[in-house]
Amino acid sequence: MARHVVATTGEIAPGSSKLVTVRGRSVALFNRDGEYFAISNTCPHAGGSLCHGALVSLVQSSRPGQYELSRRGEMLQCPWHGWEFDIRTGQSWCDPESFRARAYQVTVEPGETLAKGPYVAETFPVAVEGEYVVVEF
Amino acid sequence: MNDGPVMQAERPAAQKIGMIDCDIHPMMRSPADVLPYLSTRWREHYQTIGPRYRQPFLGSSAYPKATPQLSRRDSWPPAGGPPGSDLDFMREQHLDPLGIELGMLQPLFPRGMDERNLDFAAAMCRAVNDWQVEAWTSKEPRLKANITVACDNPIAAVEEIERCAKSGHHVQVSFATRAIEPLGSRKYWPIYEAAERHNLPLGLHSVGNNGNAVQPGGAPSYYFEEHQCVSLSLHAMVASMVIEGVFEAFPQLKLIVIEGGFAWAASLGWRLDAHWQRFRAEVPHLKRPPSEYLRRNVWYTTQPMDEAEKPAYLRDMIDWVGWDRVLFATDYPHWDSDDPRFSLKLRMSEDERAQILGGNARALFGIA
Amino acid sequence: MGFDGLMPIDCDIHPAVPGMQALLPYIDDHWRETIISRGIDGLDLNLYPPGAEISCRPDWRPESGKPGTSFEQLRTQALDGFGARIAICNCLYGGPAMYSEDLGAAICRATNLWMAREWLDRDPRLRASIVVPVQSPELAVEEIERCAPDRRFVQVLMFAAGEQPLGRRPHWPIYEAAQRHGLPIGIHAGSSHRHPNSGIGWTQYLLQDHAAFAQTFQAQLLSLLAEGVFSRFPTLKFVLMESGFTWLPPFMWRAVKMWRGLRREIPWVDRSPADIIRERVRITIQPADAPPDPAQMRRTLEMIGADEMFLFSSDYPHWRFEGEAALPGGFSPELVRKILVDNPLATYPRLKEVLS
Repeated sequence: MARHVVATTGEIAPGSSKLVTVRGRSVALFNRDGEYFAISNTCPHAGGSLCHGALVSLVQSSRPGQYELSRRGEMLQCPWHGWEFDIRTGQSWCDPESFRARAYQVTVEPGETLAKGPYVAETFPVAVEGEYVVVEF
Repeated sequence: MNDGPVMQAERPAAQKIGMIDCDIHPMMRSPADVLPYLSTRWREHYQTIGPRYRQPFLGSSAYPKATPQLSRRDSWPPAGGPPGSDLDFMREQHLDPLGIELGMLQPLFPRGMDERNLDFAAAMCRAVNDWQVEAWTSKEPRLKANITVACDNPIAAVEEIERCAKSGHHVQVSFATRAIEPLGSRKYWPIYEAAERHNLPLGLHSVGNNGNAVQPGGAPSYYFEEHQCVSLSLHAMVASMVIEGVFEAFPQLKLIVIEGGFAWAASLGWRLDAHWQRFRAEVPHLKRPPSEYLRRNVWYTTQPMDEAEKPAYLRDMIDWVGWDRVLFATDYPHWDSDDPRFSLKLRMSEDERAQILGGNARALFGIA
Repeated sequence: MGFDGLMPIDCDIHPAVPGMQALLPYIDDHWRETIISRGIDGLDLNLYPPGAEISCRPDWRPESGKPGTSFEQLRTQALDGFGARIAICNCLYGGPAMYSEDLGAAICRATNLWMAREWLDRDPRLRASIVVPVQSPELAVEEIERCAPDRRFVQVLMFAAGEQPLGRRPHWPIYEAAQRHGLPIGIHAGSSHRHPNSGIGWTQYLLQDHAAFAQTFQAQLLSLLAEGVFSRFPTLKFVLMESGFTWLPPFMWRAVKMWRGLRREIPWVDRSPADIIRERVRITIQPADAPPDPAQMRRTLEMIGADEMFLFSSDYPHWRFEGEAALPGGFSPELVRKILVDNPLATYPRLKEVLS
């Protein structure tokens, strides 16, 4: 497991996403109001690019006609066919036993800390004054 | 008279034969893009009264779709416009990476196919048919146009088929699957006569609203239901065309059922055969069991792909429906579109895969 | 009988009302006078014209009169003929299709009274479904309450196509009452003709009317699923009768697929529709719409993956098979045993009461 610096925090506005490549793998990064998530980009169902998915709430119901919203923005809905994945675990909501989109540990770290290493910065140099999104991979 | 294949050899002969996508939805950048293709009379009508369908709302189905423009969220062109409206982006996102050699256009919005004003319906169909050529097929030889017609105006529909049949761009005929009458009705037979005469398959994509509940027990509440009920109405459509004698009257007619999946067709054939045994005296015009017409005259596109609980079951279904009957389709750019690299979840030989991805469509459309 | 000595429970037979005259003794004064003075009669469903081949097997056809109206014939041909230990009568008469809720309710009530007196009283093997005026859930519940104490009524009967999809909330009081009394809901091929017989409009032939019910049943299952009926009424079972069943595998695959993509619209459906269907839906085996090869049937049953779902039925007097061949090819002996007795007993709790 290595730490990969994949983006600066400024690159991903709150509510948006970015597709990055880590060791040849496509990873979708999401910024949910300052909290960052990383998930394998290819939907395990039928190949949709999860990076283009919508971050939505979890909808549950205790009886017909009731819609109960929770975990605002923590469910990722695939742009193809609409499957939902828990952005924290990558688990499929409808079929958690069989389908999971791999989720990765993400941290935001100041360049100052990173400068001490070890880390892998594949695409850009790390400056001491910046803040970076780091994916454990 | 049968001039055979409408396709021309636009691609170098040596090129490896690629995939044929039997369901691509081109969109206008704005509905107003249709105006230049309408006469002054109908342009004014469009700008004042506008399209009228059998639904309560001007700009929406009463079953709101799963996503904006019912489209994949990754299909909005960066240069603007709705999904499916930008040829360059369609090439970049869809045609090129998937290696699509031919893509069959199914224009749905705006449309004339189930417009209530029948003369306007004919004018809109004509406009959409011309727009497909000007905006798409004349610029991109991989794309093929569809002769959309208003089947409830059969005279105009036949005229439109005659007008487009020899364009070199239009390769099939399309109209509302939920029309005023079941499609087996003799009202529509002149259309079938023309399509058969020009060797144009009917590429019938689930579309249209006849104003009746989508199922015999009344109108469902949810899009979840309506989406599948529309597919069920395609089963009824196939049954209607078979039982009411369309394929007996027009034995060379080819029907492609688009956006209904295919696995249901095996059971439909068994059920129709069982009932035909009991009702033969009622339908003496049928000279053979219904399932034989299915095997002879009907094809099915894959999307929305049947997702069997075990891959082997899907193989069984194709065995039962017929390996030569199944045509790959993506439904690009709609929200439940399928990618051939991921959606064919069954064990197949290379030949079988090639058959579904392109070979069957090539045989059906008469492409060398 | 070819059932390995097992006496089957026949879950779908059809005694027929000879005509309104037969129901008059069971109708109150007002409606009796109305029926006579207005000449109200002829409420047999047009799905089964008495002379049509499908309506009666040739060897079961009475010399005169409507098929299914003779108790003696039904006893010899259906009960003795299949060696049935029990048979459930589903009377397809017009009460539920009448536009007037009150007249519809009066006819349904009379049908049930007539059923109890003229059929159930005459043979201890007979059971029946309660015919209810679905036009008025309130009156339907009244009729369920009236009939339920008679333990020979084992099910509530609804036509596959009525005014509103079966899952819609106006029907829920019916389901509440049925569940409370341990009565499954039996959905039988039949229509009150409030809507065209197919999603593409009114078709021409009677053949199509019958064949199209495969789609109707599928649409109604979607309605029951989507509206949350299965979770709202957790012990209620639904029995599909005369619906075929080989359509189930692709239907379930598609329903699961759509649920995965659209479940946010119906979040009360919190598990796979296929699991719900297997657990809560039961199906009578005639007509079977059997494939040509028994191996295909075996494979279809494997795809359906729930032997518990199937219930034996002869569909007497409708013409579905020849002789005693009520079991479609491809059913294993083990499955046959379940279908004949175990599954019906598990589905209809009231059947156990008298057997034990």
